[in-house]
This record gives sequence, structure tokens and C-alpha cells, in this order.
Amino acid sequence: MPSPYLPNTDADRRTMLREIGVGSIDELFEDIPEKVRHAEFKLPRPLSELELKKELSQLAGCNANLDNYACFLGAGSYRHFIPSTVEHVIGRSEFYTAYTPYQAEASQGTLQTTYEYQSLVCQLTGMEVSNAGMYDCSTAAAEAAIMACIITKRRKVAVSTTVNPTYRDVIGTYVKGRSLSIETIELGSTLSSDCACLVVQQPNFLGYLEEMEAHAQKAHDIGALFVAIVDPISLGMFKPPGQYGADVAVADGQPLGNPVSFGGPGLGIFACRREYLRQMPGRIVGRTVDVDGRPGYVMTLVTREQYIRRERATSNICTSEALMALAAAVYLATLGRKGLKHVAELCYHKAHYAAKRIAELKGYSLVFSKPFFREFAVRCPVAPSQINRALFNKGIIGGLDISGMIDNAMLLCVTEMNTKQEIDKLVEILRGF
Amino acid sequence: MSHHYLLPKISQPGKIGCSLPALDVPPAELPPGDLLRQELELPEVSEVELMRYFIALSKLNYGVDTGFYPLGSCTMKYNPKWHEDIAKLSGFASIHPLQPGESVQGALQLMFELQEYLTEITGMHATSLVPIAGAHGEFGGLLMVKAYHQDRGDKARKKILLTDSSHGTNPASAVMCGFEIGVVASDSEGNVDMKSLESAMDEEVAALTLTMPTTLGLFDPRMLEISELVHERGGLLGADGANLNAFLGRVKFGELGYDYVQLNLHKTFSTPHGGGGPGSGPVCVRENLADFLPSPLVNKNGGTYKFVSPAKSIGRIANFHGNFGVMCKAYAYIRSMGAAGLKEVSEEAVLNANYLKEKLKPYYHLPYDRTCMHEVVFSGRRQKAKGVHTVDVAKRLLDYGLHPPTVYFPLIVDEALMIEPTETESKKTLDAFIEAMKEIARDAEENPEVLHSAPHNTPVKRLDDVRAARNPDLRWEMRSQGVG
Repeated sequence: MPSPYLPNTDADRRTMLREIGVGSIDELFEDIPEKVRHAEFKLPRPLSELELKKELSQLAGCNANLDNYACFLGAGSYRHFIPSTVEHVIGRSEFYTAYTPYQAEASQGTLQTTYEYQSLVCQLTGMEVSNAGMYDCSTAAAEAAIMACIITKRRKVAVSTTVNPTYRDVIGTYVKGRSLSIETIELGSTLSSDCACLVVQQPNFLGYLEEMEAHAQKAHDIGALFVAIVDPISLGMFKPPGQYGADVAVADGQPLGNPVSFGGPGLGIFACRREYLRQMPGRIVGRTVDVDGRPGYVMTLVTREQYIRRERATSNICTSEALMALAAAVYLATLGRKGLKHVAELCYHKAHYAAKRIAELKGYSLVFSKPFFREFAVRCPVAPSQINRALFNKGIIGGLDISGMIDNAMLLCVTEMNTKQEIDKLVEILRGF
Repeated sequence: MSHHYLLPKISQPGKIGCSLPALDVPPAELPPGDLLRQELELPEVSEVELMRYFIALSKLNYGVDTGFYPLGSCTMKYNPKWHEDIAKLSGFASIHPLQPGESVQGALQLMFELQEYLTEITGMHATSLVPIAGAHGEFGGLLMVKAYHQDRGDKARKKILLTDSSHGTNPASAVMCGFEIGVVASDSEGNVDMKSLESAMDEEVAALTLTMPTTLGLFDPRMLEISELVHERGGLLGADGANLNAFLGRVKFGELGYDYVQLNLHKTFSTPHGGGGPGSGPVCVRENLADFLPSPLVNKNGGTYKFVSPAKSIGRIANFHGNFGVMCKAYAYIRSMGAAGLKEVSEEAVLNANYLKEKLKPYYHLPYDRTCMHEVVFSGRRQKAKGVHTVDVAKRLLDYGLHPPTVYFPLIVDEALMIEPTETESKKTLDAFIEAMKEIARDAEENPEVLHSAPHNTPVKRLDDVRAARNPDLRWEMRSQGVG
């Protein structure tokens, strides 16, 4: 059978070879040394679309998916309701089969929606400027830390112990790459004056809310930047980073209209104060006019970028997560002012309902008594792994086992996807321990 | 046209784009007011208005499904539709990255097998799927180079060599890994200048990053000598694998002497670019670097799959374990092509590029007149003599409903036009492109004004980049409406 993806016919090939002036396709590969030109490849024999769809559906069926399981797991990847508008927009192949919009006149769709995305991120975070998106929250935080070092000409970044441990690891990998250093600090302790920035997460990894104004003040007192890692859904009801003194706000945009998808693709949201615009990593889209004075959009401030500035670029980032940024824009526009607030409140009230009911159970207690949004740490009477096994057998994916950090503790997450029925069922199973 | 407004223009208080459930639990007490938000200024639009707005914008875009997209170095091949469906299966799209390993064995199996396939395709020893994009994989590769030399106690190696034709990400990634940059010249044939390499390749060099075929679309016949020289002098050899489409299923990076290569699943392995991502940039290594791979990898023990961290891993470079949704599509691609199919891919890609080269050679200056691989680089210098620049040629192509090639790259070619047709285009499509390019070449001689003022048929004409950069207008703002 001919391949559906290789449209030339044998007759086409013969004509083309004749035009090129060679006798065979092999002759076109003669610059490659003979001894490496005929490698052997051991790969499975090819299958048709029909056969592979069947096989891969079966493989997908081996996974316990969240459409069949109630899920109380968060910790950086969150299951939220995705309105169908999102899929129908990002499923337009004019969007998803386009490249980075180097040719602006043929890419106004990508460019204008990116401008919308930047605007919506600024509105949501209260920050002045946003880039077009980065890989994920961890790399956005790492790039923010490096940007702070460049701006302050200091070589050390301070990260709170309550920041997601993986984010801390990634920040560490990135700053060490540049021969900078990272210090993990308790938020109560003093900040050494050689720090370029203080990185704090809101709500933090353990779910509770930090006193961001005070931490921002502490960073600013020593001339450091304050980098806030935020949760975009929480901003539907909680104070945005632009209002508590953040110089840079980063977030994972996955919860905004993107499925959990086993951890990727995600989206790194990156927004900052306008004065740092020219140090910002990543693509930025700007509004301008064409020769006839009509409004239009282009990638701008490109002299920050690797394809123009090479080794003097602010980052190496090129291909990023444009389609996920589009999804986030459609999501925010679909929910809008009232919808996002409502979703945030659903998460808040349901999480509090679950927390209250669990705390009433014998042997269980909330680890912290501080305000939280949709995640909270619970101390359990037995090892969380044991509880999670029991939950799984009854169709529930339990919380994250954080007994490595806090004895017998589990980090639970409740979103608008969790019904009261699911929460009640969770509570009943927990009661059995 | 409808796209000249933005979301705030269609926003009206009280509208919403979807319905949401009511609260089904007793409300909790709200936290202290100073934690709460006073205003949330997001647009309010109905679903129909929202859809019309975004669909109108989609129509202003050009994708591979719209037409020919010969963007050099980007491998804009067709993206099979059923691959999209695979990635959307609930069992793949609706699984949480931190779920217990036993509940995601299907996903782990897919990742494990993809690691194995990519290792085999590149002729390497091991693969990490973690990097999110090509530049991210390159970053991972260079961090491994750094860790490798440090692990051996070789502290002097602080420099990365690159060719003068390299991608911009190559030097930018090296700097992010704390390296200095050294540049190796290309010779008059477009190959690595061996004298330049000889003199630059000293004991301070940690690695040479060499795209193969080079960004000139040429395979360097001295590839094996280059590899030998670099290794003899204690350096490593890294590939920017952006151009793998040139010898997919035919040549292995490992047999060329490379120590690591970063792939672009969103180029070679047919996953769509999404207008600038999501991509996936796995990094494949020889044995010497395997212990340093970015964490985690998937390993198979008996019939069970699980995440593991290599012994001396450079650590985490991303939040979870890579762009899984993209991996599903690349996996489907490899399984549907098989070894023979992948070889046909590179054959057709190279055939198409050489056909374009021969047919366009009479009209555009060909700086390196030799057999090319999957792409061909022309120079617009003949047209420049008439006052027509490569940008004019590119913009005029838009009037023909064709996406222009990559322009002004590589930097060593004056007025560069870098054309990569890919294997998924037919001779018919190439002939239409050739005809357009011929007419443009003729207009450059006879009617240059039509090129200078191009494009004429696009939703907007040439845009004012200078104004955009001087007075950055990067967002709209909505006025406060109070708490909703």
C-alpha cells in the first residue's frame, strides 16, 4: 500500500531524478561516508491507522484515567473543568499546524490571540507585562531567578522551603548551569543581602497561603526582586501578585483549559513589571500598524531572543507552548470575570468542606491551621500509601503522599470537578483507618 | 473585518461563555479580606460571540493544513490527524503525572518504548524524554557535557565550539550552561573548515555542537574526521538534531561519532508545532553520558515500568516527565512508518529538496552548488543587485498563497532563502512553488515595485516592526468594574 504521507508517485520520482540528473535516490546520499550510510534499524513492523488506533486505545485503557476515577491529587497538576470552546478553538488546524509566527502577515491569528493571552495574563495577575509563555511553571521560575541575577548583578537566589520541591530542583539545575547559587530558606529567617531574589509560592506547596506583602517587603529591603509563583485559578478570588509587590509572577498555566495529560504539555506563565521588559525571556507580541495604518500584530523586542542575539540572548527558549497559551486565553475568555471567580469559589468551598469533614474523623487532623485555597495537608492515622491503596481499589485517586516531609501526611486537592458525593465517599473510606 | 477588535470590545457585563454548576456543599467562611481580590477584570462574552471571534482569527492564520510551508530548518511536514485523536484518549490525556506507577503502566510502557525507538533511530545508548523543546534538549545535553568533564576532574573545559552557520539556540544554550563560545568557520564548500577546527579545538573545549546536515542543508563529507579530531583532543561531540529528517532511517548519529543528540519530535516525528509549541526535545546519548541524563527515565523490570533517576543525573529540568501528549503522537508516527517507512521519509525529503534546487538554480543564486540534503539554501543576491531583497521575495510568496521559506538564516549566506519542502509534499505542490518563484524572479527584473509592496492579498500588509519595538503595546487594559 502507498503511504498516505508520501504523495509522490513512482512516475513523479523518475521525472524528478531525471531533472536532477541522477540515476537513483541513493546517489543523493553520496556525501555521507559509505560505511555509515546503510545503518540497520530494529523497529516494530509498521501497522495501519486502524490497527494502531485499536492497539493504542488498549494501551490507553491500561491507565486509570480521571474520567473514571475521582481524583484528589494536585501538587502542580490540576484537573479542572475545560469548556468545549477551548478544544474547538485550539483544534482549528490553522492554529495547531502553524509554526512560530515569523511571517506576521500570514500569522495574525496566532499573533492576535497571543496579544489576547498576554493581556489576560496581565489582567489576571495584576502585573504590567507578560511574555507569550514558557515551558512550565518550574522553568518559568528558574528563568525568573536568572533574570533577577542579571538585573541585580548578584549571584545567589533564595527560594522558600515551602516552594514545590520539583520547582526548587529545576531552579537549582538552571542557576547552577550559569554558575549561580541557590539557597533554600525558611521564610521566617533573615535574607542575606547578596540575594538577587526571593522566590515564594502562593498558595505554597503545602496548600496554605503565605503572607506575601511581608515577604515582598523583605526582598525589597535588601534590593532583591520578589518572585511570586502563583496559582492561576486561585487568582479568581485571591489577591493577585501585582497587588502585593511581586516584581515577577510565574505560574503553571495548565489549569487554565489544559488537560493534566500525564504532566505535559503544560504552560509557564511569566509576567513582570514593565521596567524589566527588556530583560524578559521568551517571545513577546506587540500591536502595531501596517503600511496602510491598519492595526496588526508582530513578534517584538526580538533583540532579546536567541535567533537574533545568539549568545547575548536573555534565554535560549525558542519553541515553547503557544497552543497551551491559546487554550489559556480561550479558557479565561470563556469563563470571564464571573466564571473564574465562581470556579475559584467552588474549589475553595469544596476543599474546605472536605477538610472540615476529614478533620472531624478520629485519627486525622489538618497539619496547618492557616488559610488555604484548594489543597491542604492532612495527618493520617496510618501511612498515606496504605490509605491510597484502599482508595484506589474503590475508584479514588488519593492525595500526594508527603510523609517524607511530614509524618504520615497526605496533600489533598479538591477542585470543582469533585462532587459532594465523591468527597463524602472519600471521607467514608478514610474513616475506615 | 471582524478581527480589528479585541475581547474588551465584545465584553458586556453579565455575559459568560459556558455554564457552571452551583455549589453542592455548605459554604465555608471566607478567609481574611486582605487576602482576597477586590477586582477581577476579565472580559465577559457569550459562547457564540467568543467562538466567532476566535474562529475569525483562525482564518487569518496559515498552517500546514492551509498549504505549502517550506520553512527551512523547521521541517513543517504534514501532521496526521489520527495522531491528534490518540493524544486525546482519556487514558492518555486524563491521567495525572503523580498517579501511582501501577495505575499508569500503559503510559509508562509508551514512554519506555519511545525511549527505545529513539535510542535505536539515533544509534545511541539511552534517551531522556524530559526536554520540552529542542532548545531545552540542547540545554540538557550541554549540562551533561559540563557534568561529564567535571566528573572526570577536567576543570579546564569551559568552552563550546559552534560553526558559524549554527542555530541561535546553540550559543544561547551554551551560555545558559555557563560556557564560553568559540566559533569554527565554514569553508567555501559549506563544510567545516578543518584548519579552523584544528586551531580552535584545544584543551579548553568541552564539546563541539555540530548540526548534521549543517544548516546549509549539506552533509559534511569529513564528518568522521571531525568526530575523530574532537575526541582525540578530549572533547565531546553534540548534535542539534533539527535536521534529522535528512537521513532518518538511513544514518545513525551514534555511528557518526556523536556523544549526544537532541531531537525535535515536533519536526522530524510529525507532531504539529502549535504556532510555537508544544514541542518535545528528547536527548539521546552514548554510554559515556547515560548516567548524566535529565531525570526521570522510564525503566522496565520484568513486566513492570517505573520512573528512575540516572546515577549522576544533571537533575530535574522540567516539572514532570516531559510533554507526554506530544510523545503519544511521535510514538504513533514511528509505529505507523516502521524502519523502511522512515527511510522513505528521508529519501523523499532529499529528493524533493534536490528537485527544487535544480529547478530554481537558474533563477536564484545557489552559493553551494552541490547535492543538498533535506533543504536547500539560496541567496537573493542576484535580486539584491536589482534592489529587491529576500524579504520582498518572501512577502510576495504570500500573495500566491504559499508560506515563505526561512529567510536571512543561516547568517553566513547573504540574503538567505532556506527552503525545506519535506517529504509530505507532492511534485505538483513543488511545481506550483517553482512557478511562483520563477515569476517572482522575473518581477524582480521587470516589475520590482510589485515585490516591494507585497504582500497584497493578506489580512494585513507589511507591519511596522520599528514602531512595535519603540512603543511597545503589549496588552489591552480593562477598567475596574468592582467585584462581580
